[in-house]
Amino acid sequence: VFKRFVEIGRVAFISFGPHAGKLVAIVDVIDQNRALVDGPCSGVRRQAMPFKCMQLTDFVLKFPHSARQKCVRLAWEKENINEKWAATRWAKKIEAREKKAKMTDFDRYKVMKAKKM
Amino acid sequence: PAGEKKPGEKAPGEKKPGRKKPTGEKKPAEQKPIQKAVGEKKKKIKKHHASRNPVLARGIGRYSRSAMYARKALYKRKYTAPETKIEKKKKEKPRATITKPVGGDKNGGTRVVKIRKMPRYYPTEDVPRKLLSHGKKPFSQHKRRLRASITPGTVLILLTGRHRGKRVVFLKQLATGLLLVTGPLAINRVPLRRAHQKFVIATSTKVDISGVKIPKHLTDAYFKKKRLRKPKHQEGEIFDTEKEKYEITEQRKTDQKAVDSQVLAQIKKVPQLRGYLRSTFGLSNGVYPHKLVF
Repeated sequence: VFKRFVEIGRVAFISFGPHAGKLVAIVDVIDQNRALVDGPCSGVRRQAMPFKCMQLTDFVLKFPHSARQKCVRLAWEKENINEKWAATRWAKKIEAREKKAKMTDFDRYKVMKAKKM
Repeated sequence: PAGEKKPGEKAPGEKKPGRKKPTGEKKPAEQKPIQKAVGEKKKKIKKHHASRNPVLARGIGRYSRSAMYARKALYKRKYTAPETKIEKKKKEKPRATITKPVGGDKNGGTRVVKIRKMPRYYPTEDVPRKLLSHGKKPFSQHKRRLRASITPGTVLILLTGRHRGKRVVFLKQLATGLLLVTGPLAINRVPLRRAHQKFVIATSTKVDISGVKIPKHLTDAYFKKKRLRKPKHQEGEIFDTEKEKYEITEQRKTDQKAVDSQVLAQIKKVPQLRGYLRSTFGLSNGVYPHKLVF
């Protein structure tokens, strides 16, 4: 039934809050609601974060619990999480949504003409 | 005081029997005090007299103002500052009368006429003086503002008027603050026209019209609506003759061609821009202006 689990090394997408839209790796679980989280390659400092604002992705990294940031960074770069993430449909949908919101009037006209073709 | 002493010195000098010097030697004697006096004046070191008003207690002098005036001999020490150019100009009174030639025989050919005459009528009720106000300028002197999003070459969406919804190219802001705008005419039938800044949406699409020269005679007076006046008091027919049908003058046509030819050349460089300007703007279901990025 459930395919993605909270585990050490699970890469999560932050859905709301000050770091909305960034990827982090779960380093340790603090209690039922919070995890110690670190995103060295996405600009998130090591901090506690509630599970509610995290959405689990398919990626898991290999590092021991409470590993320091350097280890997390190494694992992240070894797996090339940033590129893999950009290739997922999830990330592409987010990007498309952003582009649509930024469309100017001229762009909307061009899209309308393109759709008609 | 040194000057006054001179004649005083000479008189007793001559009168005193003790002075045995002959007249010949008086001249050098005369010259010496003169030279001394002159020398003193040249150096200009005048010793100031001590206060002639002894102090009784702090802040209280022995003599009053008027007594001091007399004691200091201010009655013979009145100085005036030299007259400045401004004061001289103020003194120069304007001409009050002028002599004019007069025709007719045996009239004495001229009359002296006043330039500024007395009023020939005084109203019974005087108009009260208005209080001073500041910063109340007439419309012609008002500050004109232009939104930062509107620059020459911006595509604007007109919201009011007969051309509402049409997309139009902005040319320049006129002296009254209205925006000079053109369709161009060949694209969307909007001529060189004025538009109000407030009733316009500025899009982020810009056309490069830095090389476009707009004729200088396109001002507010050129675009102002003309109204016929002076009906010849013939009732009934007045309402017909006043301009019903607006006619496009030849000058407008030539100006339109002159500006549009330049603008169209720039529009053709951007793909799909011509079609964009031909289309009109409209809202539909699910489209909210506050969410749109223009």
